[in-house]
Amino acid sequence: MLPDRPPPVVHCLGLTKVFGTDDNRVHALRGIDLDILPGELIMLVGPSGCGKTTLISVMAGILDGSDGICQVLGEDLRHLDESTRTRWRRDNIGFVFQAYNLIPTLTATENVAIPLLVRRESRTRALAAAREMLDRVGLAHRAGALPGQLSGGQQQRVAIARALVHQPRLVVCDEPTSALDHDTGHQVMELLREVSAGARRSLVVVTHDTRIFAFADRIAHIDDGHIIDMVDNHPHSRPDHPVGVSAP
Amino acid sequence: MYVVALKMLMGDRLKYYGLIAGIAFAAMLISQQASILVGFTKQTGAFIRDTAQADLWIMDPQVRFSQDRVPLRETMVYLARGTPGVAWAVPLFQGFLRARMPDGTNFTLILVGLDDASLTGAPPQMVEGALTDLRRDRGVIIDAGTSARKLLMKNGGQRPMRVGDHFSIMDHDAHIVGSYRGRTSFFWEPVLYTTYTRALSFDTHARNMLSYVMVKLAPGADLETVRRALQQRTGLASRTNEEFVQITADYILNETGILLNFGFAVLLGFAIGALVAGQTFYNFTLDNLRHYGTLKAMGVSNVQLTGMVLLQVGVVALLGYGIGIGLGAGLGLLMSVSGLAFSMPWQIPAVTLAAIGVVCVMASWFSLRRVFALEPAVVFKG
Repeated sequence: MLPDRPPPVVHCLGLTKVFGTDDNRVHALRGIDLDILPGELIMLVGPSGCGKTTLISVMAGILDGSDGICQVLGEDLRHLDESTRTRWRRDNIGFVFQAYNLIPTLTATENVAIPLLVRRESRTRALAAAREMLDRVGLAHRAGALPGQLSGGQQQRVAIARALVHQPRLVVCDEPTSALDHDTGHQVMELLREVSAGARRSLVVVTHDTRIFAFADRIAHIDDGHIIDMVDNHPHSRPDHPVGVSAP
Repeated sequence: MYVVALKMLMGDRLKYYGLIAGIAFAAMLISQQASILVGFTKQTGAFIRDTAQADLWIMDPQVRFSQDRVPLRETMVYLARGTPGVAWAVPLFQGFLRARMPDGTNFTLILVGLDDASLTGAPPQMVEGALTDLRRDRGVIIDAGTSARKLLMKNGGQRPMRVGDHFSIMDHDAHIVGSYRGRTSFFWEPVLYTTYTRALSFDTHARNMLSYVMVKLAPGADLETVRRALQQRTGLASRTNEEFVQITADYILNETGILLNFGFAVLLGFAIGALVAGQTFYNFTLDNLRHYGTLKAMGVSNVQLTGMVLLQVGVVALLGYGIGIGLGAGLGLLMSVSGLAFSMPWQIPAVTLAAIGVVCVMASWFSLRRVFALEPAVVFKG
């Protein structure tokens, strides 16, 4: 008898995405089959324009797939209307962006509090939770700083705190380390793993950064809208275990 | 999220002040140009309001404005007095006359001749002397407020004419016996008052000299009934003070092109203001488009974004409007001290507020269109 397998957080089957019409049609995704399990960190890698960002956009409920299935947290997003999908995204998805996308006129605490404020939580509670999350990412002492007063690594840690403060089940990260030096990138990935691990939170990371591949549970290689290869890193080979997996 | 919206707005001080300055400039331009127009309009009725002690002005139907003299026969005064419902009727002379100051400076004045017995139609406030001094030999009174500019002796005197001076009107000697304070007039010529009989003695070139008959209604008399009776008896037009002010203003504003020019200036103020404020706010939105995209991706709805943008627009609109109206009023005060036309009744701030509202609604509409059209996926573009 097979052990019980938890339902996937993301279930894609034959997922396609086409941009444009007629002669201008561009096939960004050409039949993606992919399941992402709770607590799993999966990296999407591949050349520019291969469909990585389109795939996380569909998973995050930002774009609609054209055909096939994409169920996230058991929800077929194509069946949700715009406002329901916006609310769903607000409650279930955390975002980490390549360029951090922090609002420059808000302090670190205020930036982190945004996902809670969007959910109409009281400002006092939102700021308290934001300060707590900043403490977890080691930035309690910079809580009042504006993004412009923080280093790149610190800004990305603020962005991670913002992505996690509302306890989302799925976090999508777009090139989270590409603007950071090696050590800082490493710290950011360790942080992502650490703050997500206990919560059985799934992470999807789009990256070109081969230096962080070792943090992934699985690495999906995408090219021309297809997953052409899936590398399975065993748990004992993650960085908290000394046996690394070399980058493909 | 509204605090976030305000912090986004105020966080970048330069842009924030730029936005307020744009709106303030628009508000100032609109309110100031409109106030100048209203000021001119009010000035056109200055003579009528200064003289408005009767209920009706009887005049030739061809009269187009207060200084448009179409002489009447003096018998019209008696016909008016005999009309049912008329309490009293007095003659009024008004005309442009040539005059010469003691030092030889020639000028043109507007001479107003008041009924000798009652002095009805006199200016509201005397500054020097008494109104009854007009009954002194060759007596005239001058406007104390404008004499420094309009009665300046330029041919050696180098001072304005003042009480006690003698000068000539149409080569007849006149003696300044007092001064009054009147409303600022649209017309440049100084307005001097004397008695009706003396005014006729100054201006002797025509047979009919009467300019207007001023009529007071008897208590309880119906205005329209009396007007009809007066029209039947005299064949002349009768106008209330307000009607006379209105036709004077309409004639001068339209015939001189002032209405067109200032109307255009007000529209230009609105257009420039709309462009400056609209463009500035639109640029502000464009600068923040990425952040709006981030917020959309994070689950901020279009309704919430609309609220945020409207709050931002509302704040800069109110601040800019307040500063603009304040500046407009301040400049207006400075202008009116120097004698230029400026009047800001409450309708101007109200209309300016509405105009700024329209400007801001337009600016927010353009900005929101960009925000609504924004694909949250833009946040993934490096």
